[in-house]
Amino acid sequence: MKQAYDFAQEAFFAPMGLSEAHLEQVFSQLLTKDTTLADLYFQSARYESWGLEEGIIKSGSYSIEQGVGVRSVCGEQTGFAYSGEITLPALLESAKAARAISRAGQSGAVNAWTVRTPQRPLYGMDDPLNSLSEDDKISFLRQIDSIARATSPYVRQVMANMVAVHEIILVVDETGRMTADIRPLVRTNVSVIVERNGQTESATAGGGGRFSLDFFVTGNKAQEYAEEAVRKALINLDAEAAPAGNMTVVLGNGWPGVLLHEAIGHGLEGDFNRKGTSAFAGRIGEQVAAKGITVVDDGTLEQRRGSLSVDDEGTQTQCTTLIEDGILKGYLFDRQNAALMGTQSTGNGRRQSYANLPMPRMTNTYMRAGDYDPAEIIASVEKGIYAVNFSGGQVDITSGKFVFSASEAYQIENGKIGKPLKNATLIGNGPDVLTRVSMVGNDLQLDTGIGVCGKDGQSVPVGVGQPTLRVDGLTVGGTATA
Amino acid sequence: MIELYNRFDIATEFQAMAEHVLTAAKAKGATAAELDIDKSMGLSVEVRMGQVDKLQYHRDQGINLTVFFGHRKGYASTGDFSPQALADTLEAACRIARYTSEDDFNGLADAERMATEFPKLDLYHPWELNADMAIDMALQTEAVAREHDARITNSEGAGVDSYAGMSLYANSHGFMGVSHSTRHSLSCSVVAQDGESMQRDYWYSVSRVPGLLESADSVGAEAAQRTVRRLNARSLSTREAPVLFVPQMARGLVGQLVSAIMGGAQYRKASFLLNSIGQQAFPDFVQLREDPLIRQALGSRSYDAEGVATQARDIVKDGIIQGYFLGSYSARKLGMSSTGSASGVTNLLLADTGISFPDLLAQMGTGLMVTELIGNGVNGITGDYSRGAVGYWVENGMIVHPVEEVTIAGNLKDMFKGIVAIGDDVDERGSIRTGSILIDKMTIAGQ
Repeated sequence: MKQAYDFAQEAFFAPMGLSEAHLEQVFSQLLTKDTTLADLYFQSARYESWGLEEGIIKSGSYSIEQGVGVRSVCGEQTGFAYSGEITLPALLESAKAARAISRAGQSGAVNAWTVRTPQRPLYGMDDPLNSLSEDDKISFLRQIDSIARATSPYVRQVMANMVAVHEIILVVDETGRMTADIRPLVRTNVSVIVERNGQTESATAGGGGRFSLDFFVTGNKAQEYAEEAVRKALINLDAEAAPAGNMTVVLGNGWPGVLLHEAIGHGLEGDFNRKGTSAFAGRIGEQVAAKGITVVDDGTLEQRRGSLSVDDEGTQTQCTTLIEDGILKGYLFDRQNAALMGTQSTGNGRRQSYANLPMPRMTNTYMRAGDYDPAEIIASVEKGIYAVNFSGGQVDITSGKFVFSASEAYQIENGKIGKPLKNATLIGNGPDVLTRVSMVGNDLQLDTGIGVCGKDGQSVPVGVGQPTLRVDGLTVGGTATA
Repeated sequence: MIELYNRFDIATEFQAMAEHVLTAAKAKGATAAELDIDKSMGLSVEVRMGQVDKLQYHRDQGINLTVFFGHRKGYASTGDFSPQALADTLEAACRIARYTSEDDFNGLADAERMATEFPKLDLYHPWELNADMAIDMALQTEAVAREHDARITNSEGAGVDSYAGMSLYANSHGFMGVSHSTRHSLSCSVVAQDGESMQRDYWYSVSRVPGLLESADSVGAEAAQRTVRRLNARSLSTREAPVLFVPQMARGLVGQLVSAIMGGAQYRKASFLLNSIGQQAFPDFVQLREDPLIRQALGSRSYDAEGVATQARDIVKDGIIQGYFLGSYSARKLGMSSTGSASGVTNLLLADTGISFPDLLAQMGTGLMVTELIGNGVNGITGDYSRGAVGYWVENGMIVHPVEEVTIAGNLKDMFKGIVAIGDDVDERGSIRTGSILIDKMTIAGQ
């Protein structure tokens, strides 16, 4: 059977007649005696997307993006250049530009090439673009439209799209490692706008992962996503303004784990901690969460959106424990930051594309389950809010302050879920929020595969998850003064 | 130096390529086609703690191609300009068009609206800059910031970016336009610490003309001042109060208006300002003008992404909305005409009400001055607005203490109507130019 590396060779080397001897030439241009790491990142990605709106297939697009990024690192300093052309002259020119970071003379060479194939592929190598016929892709989107409209007479607009990506990458580094990976990624998104008596609301639903488009069809996802989007939008039609002030908040399971991603995860990325600009810097071993709380970043879950067989530096991904029983255990590393902090990469070196530098980034970040029945958690709250879904969040990693916007939330009164609330924004302090968690549910769930994480202008797919949580005291930024 | 060498030769080459693709599209049976071809290069340098952190060279190119078969449309793009890749891209666009639906509103923009005049906008000013000079400038900026105050203990670095690019747009009406532009920036972000309180802030300067950038000393000093003054911020108790958005945040409010009167939001009925032409959405002293032809400005262009001529016009006059931002598709959907907005807005200028920043503070008296917003709690359909805010508590027109971990909430419709004054402290960076905006009241949620 063909291995990932064989596909990479066909994609990158064969068309231009490149050989290992040429790579040696490039590395002899790139390496100097003070180079601490260097790599070439070859990438070829094909994207296809289809969009439905107003009941018709309004848009379709196809694109190919390919190129090579060349990096030279000397300690804390990085030189980088890239090219959309994969030819020897382009590689040599990029290498020359990237090595300008070093003041040393030319020396280094790679000893021997070793081809590595992911030992533990987490996804198949088939091209998801070809996993359904065009007619089937389109009829899936039409199905979403008709189901959504049949679900409620108040549905005014349905927008649905389906995206498939097939990507081949090859990382060649200064140690001679050549690591290839073939990555499928698919996603479907549904947005609906509902209108009742002149009042308009909207909601979205969707999912995906690293598998083929069959997933959507065989799993009857058209129905699931359409009904979920309509359900959430209708709830918002009945929602009242959220209260403002500090109160007990119960966070639902699954996607609300975006709170962990923002409030905790970013602050534990190795670059911020090496530089000392994170509110979590220097706090390993400290109690940063209530006892019983364990948070991990796990790149090894099969077919998950945030998973990778190897990261974008060719390092095998792993499950890294960030917080164990409330104690801060570790950070997330790429090769450069790990080396500078005297440790090993955790397989979290990720980049948006060949045109960007890798950085420590999360994969799938979640909290392990606790003991409480979710019903028991709700019942324990006298007065507060229950936030079930979020539209997104943001953090200032230096001050530790974070913000989330709830897209589905309810009042809790006397232990019972009450009226839906809208416009509920949660604000808090990352290093503090998990110390206020008083109950952890037994219902851990991961999100449906829709997460996009932004850092330094680069977007990468990620996963999040958590069980139901009770947080004693978060600021809720609504408009209704209690 | 970051410059597109032989850019006029490249333009000639791109023109030939565009003509070839348009002809080939017709041969494939396309009734119309359009494409843009872009090429750019850039240098970006980042320094941190007195030494080089990153040195990056950028070089990008791409072709975006849309074909129409009657009212069906297909789109494909590629970064590879080889004849084979161009043929494959055209093939892919045609394949896509076989599966998209008939949509009567699809098509090129109307031929009679194509730009015919190309005023000199003076947007191309390459910088006589090499990597060493950029490094020195960034080092100087960061050094000024770090030496500014003993409480500045750390840095996220300073950076210099220089970009030069060109783009060509052509369509089967026979329109072909080429534009060249540069963009340069200098930025700095430092971290200050005082006891447990650690804060970061930044400043930057950006221009199409290198000589118009703020100096390294001034960018560094401003970044430092802004960082230090955030130390020891506190939350507030929950209350209602007036809110003053400094120009960098006020720009976001104008951006919310833009989103609400974009053609797409209007025809989808996904706007809190639906059918708002002629509506009084602001107090009568509010004037917002779009001016696409300002020389050297960051948002300037003489034609949009469909070749439609841009023109200066009023967006808000005496508080009343005068027009939307329309490309040809949304214009047809709404039974209107394109406003040359297929690439978004050009330069938007919000007129001030003749009041200085200190006078604005005095006019507010007691309230919250907002300097940073986080989170995405803006619902464009309902206008509901709730975001995390950082800033300063003001009493009797004087700044009392920094504030963090609060949210400000309201509804954009009320916020727009509640504008009390617009400062003359206009921030000219970016395509939206505005001074500070004072709003009568919002809900502030805190401890």
